[in-house]
Amino acid sequence: MRYLPLTVDDRRAMLTRIGASDMDALYQDVPASAIVGLSAFDLPDTQGELEVERALTKLAAKNTAAGAAPFFCGAGAYKHHVPSAVDHLIQRSEFLTSYTPYQPEIAQGTLQYLFEFQTQVALLTGMEVANASLYDGSTATAEAVLMAQRLTKRGKAILSGGLHPHYAETVETVANLSGIVTRAPVTPGSAEDIIALIDDETACVVVQSPDVFGLIRNLRPIAEAAHARGALLIAVVTEIVSLGLLESPGAQGADIVAAEGQSIGNGLNFGGPYVGLFATREKFLRQMPGRLTGETVDAEGRRGYVLTLSTREQHIRREKATSNICTNSGLCCLAFTIHLSLLGEEGLTRLARINHAKASALADRLAALPGVEIVTSAFFNEFTIKLPKAAAPVVDALAARGVIAGVPASRLLPRDANAANLLIVAATETNTDEDFDALVGALKDAI
Amino acid sequence: MSMNNQGRPTSVEPSRRAPIAPGTHTPEELSTISGDRGLDHEEALIFELGHGAVGVDLPDVQISADRLGGMRRKDAIGLPGLSEPEVIRHYVRLSRMNYAIDSGLYPLGSCTMKHNPRLNEKMARLPGFGDLHPLAPQSVTQGALELISQLMNWLTTLTGMPAVAMSPKAGAHGELCGLLAIRAAIAARGETRPRVLVPESAHGTNPATAAFAGFTVDEVPALPNGRVDAAALKAKLGPDVAAIMLTNPNTCGLFEGEIVEIAKAVHEAGAYFYCDGANFNAIAGRVRPGDLGIDAMHINLHKTFSTPHGGGGPGAGPVVLSERLAAYAPVPLLVATADGLRLIEDQAAVPEGARPFGRMCAFHGQMGMFSRALTYMLSHGRDGVRQASEDAVLSANYILASLKDVMTAPFGDGPCMHEALFDDSFLDNSGVTTLDFAKAMIDEGYHPMTMYFPLVVHGAMLIEPTESESKESLDRFIHVLHTLATEAKAGQTARFVGAPHLAPRRRLDETAAARKPVLRWKPAAMKEAAE
Repeated sequence: MRYLPLTVDDRRAMLTRIGASDMDALYQDVPASAIVGLSAFDLPDTQGELEVERALTKLAAKNTAAGAAPFFCGAGAYKHHVPSAVDHLIQRSEFLTSYTPYQPEIAQGTLQYLFEFQTQVALLTGMEVANASLYDGSTATAEAVLMAQRLTKRGKAILSGGLHPHYAETVETVANLSGIVTRAPVTPGSAEDIIALIDDETACVVVQSPDVFGLIRNLRPIAEAAHARGALLIAVVTEIVSLGLLESPGAQGADIVAAEGQSIGNGLNFGGPYVGLFATREKFLRQMPGRLTGETVDAEGRRGYVLTLSTREQHIRREKATSNICTNSGLCCLAFTIHLSLLGEEGLTRLARINHAKASALADRLAALPGVEIVTSAFFNEFTIKLPKAAAPVVDALAARGVIAGVPASRLLPRDANAANLLIVAATETNTDEDFDALVGALKDAI
Repeated sequence: MSMNNQGRPTSVEPSRRAPIAPGTHTPEELSTISGDRGLDHEEALIFELGHGAVGVDLPDVQISADRLGGMRRKDAIGLPGLSEPEVIRHYVRLSRMNYAIDSGLYPLGSCTMKHNPRLNEKMARLPGFGDLHPLAPQSVTQGALELISQLMNWLTTLTGMPAVAMSPKAGAHGELCGLLAIRAAIAARGETRPRVLVPESAHGTNPATAAFAGFTVDEVPALPNGRVDAAALKAKLGPDVAAIMLTNPNTCGLFEGEIVEIAKAVHEAGAYFYCDGANFNAIAGRVRPGDLGIDAMHINLHKTFSTPHGGGGPGAGPVVLSERLAAYAPVPLLVATADGLRLIEDQAAVPEGARPFGRMCAFHGQMGMFSRALTYMLSHGRDGVRQASEDAVLSANYILASLKDVMTAPFGDGPCMHEALFDDSFLDNSGVTTLDFAKAMIDEGYHPMTMYFPLVVHGAMLIEPTESESKESLDRFIHVLHTLATEAKAGQTARFVGAPHLAPRRRLDETAAARKPVLRWKPAAMKEAAE
């Protein structure tokens, strides 16, 4: 087996040194009844690289990659162009095959890029501090709600109807244990009156902008209303490229920002791994979940970086930790930070403008189709349209014609009758005029 | 001295420089004009390097009338601008300050730092997986669902468990998933059981997860032989106990031989048995956790199944579930239908009998890790998986047997599983601590072992070589540790005091970092304003 260096002779010599007659002797503590032979496993035997590659390639070929069709899906995961340098760099052995940087003397590479990543996330979100990432945007949102419950010592979390339904369910799954989660009504294309729901028991209000239907929200009045009642505003961003063009949540008064960073540097990967961005105010630092990298000096006075404030974390505090998390999205953060370094201020703002221009152009073309109505008036690179018939069968019909038209809202809100005819459409820098022609033409035929 | 085939002398021996003791050289003696030293480059922060260049070529599209609802950004973000070659050099230089499995033995106990095959990387990047949208119509994602289904079959077969929840994004996330399933199962019985039993030797995530899931944590002591005190555990069982969380093989590197009896007692008390699967690499292909009476166990695909650790993540932590818990698995569920595989994403539209406790995350889990793990499994096959476990156990025992005469192995009378545990009593009165000893390994070109964990052993050093090392590599490692231990015991402490001496950084001031946290770069103006 190509991954195993020990030879039969090595194994024999090692058993001799150990003083064991055979491998069974090393498993002597396992109850004999629990030892099984290979026949207990109805699975294939060792295969060479060629055979494995053939099998996986066959599976992959059954899928339609985003780059292989006119493609308009968003709703929390976005198709963007990732520069070639990103993937080459993250595959360097020293990044790919290293562990969590608990030994800072030989992990300065990881620690420094995490420090740079934290700075980039703080700048983008308009917040004072950011952590070294969480699993993804949805779990970051759940952690934000738990953090708000701890900070305010209140239990009630109010979720905007525009919050991605998967995010809302993720929050409910954990935050209902420590409080009560309530969802505001779903009002596609307009902002619900979430301020009216805030009361003195409210720990936090969770508002996504652009929301799941693509609508850009003004967070300022919500932040003011929340703060007036002693509650926190958690801002959620699922399309981080939007912050190249939109006012940051921090500037609008958010207390915690939970975001999905996949759009920068990371592929679609059928939903994961992604990178959860988490930023907050300095005064809330001690209640923050997740790893943090900080600057310090070494014994010779040289600048260096370490994981810090770990008294918040599970390996020190055990059951009193701020979270049970023992991971960050290391390599996905690295992809994010490399891509953002390549973009820089100029590149990111250009990228954001292109995305908005593409989506605007597509919205105009779709609006011209008879029976199609644009539901989202203010948007970044994603908007929702209303079709004269149910959207899901239309999407399936178009997929059969090789056009991936978008995400039917019913996939996310299967029990909401108002969602049935809604289609969430995203356009990015990867879409061409030919893609638009294909979508418009196919949609015209289907409705 | 040996000669190469051109007749020139060669040496494959490492240089035998005199040990560098603190204070024996002045910084000037080692200083260079640039501050760099040969292949070791100092590297500024990306923010200090930016100068308004751009590393991508994108058209400058102007928007005359935006549709941003009046929310357009007015201020600059503050990101630095660099060209592509500058960006590449920055990250390549940073990478060279990292230790990695590909450059040396990584003996981190509990972490299973095994070889990460590059075929895994290639397969995960096939456009049909890497460029596949999670909400694309299911008719065009059948290959991805098939891959998940195959991986589920591997995981359930290897563990002997009937079901698996695939969405947890890491080991601790899997623990949470398992405990939430247990919580739901108990609630379905109309009971309330607030307490979870956790051995004191457990990973920190176990008690943290139990608390996260709303339980109170009750610690179970360890016996002098490194096993959990089964009698104490049984005595703590009662109608208020929801579950026990046990790692097996445990964090001392030992198999819990009484596990079957423990499981029986737990079930008789109406509780559930959660097993931390971090150490599955010792037993995969030889022991099925399902045969031991386990109800839930997460599997760290980034440990046992070779997906890369990536400097701290991403991981993946699918959870196998027993018949008693399978119904409570979170959405999404994967089911086979006449029209092919279907993801069931709606909690209210699940198949009969399913009672999902909720959702762990958006979408369907760590697909990028699934494709890597399945590639690894298909490469190894069942025979290779078993051989890998055996080699991991053999290598750990080889280290234990080779070092227990100079280091102290608290449970060294019998064999260990895939990790060898030492304590610090061999360093008594030497002036050298576990930390010093481990840091001295850095100067020798090794990553330190896991230190001060498990907590049940004083000054613990937990060594997990994995199956990825050759005998020559193990012999060299043993030689280095043997020599270090011998020197420490002989009072030759120069190598240890203040070690490492030869790494990109000396010991870093962690206290200062925590006392006055600096967690981001700030422009000079902002720094001055703050001061």
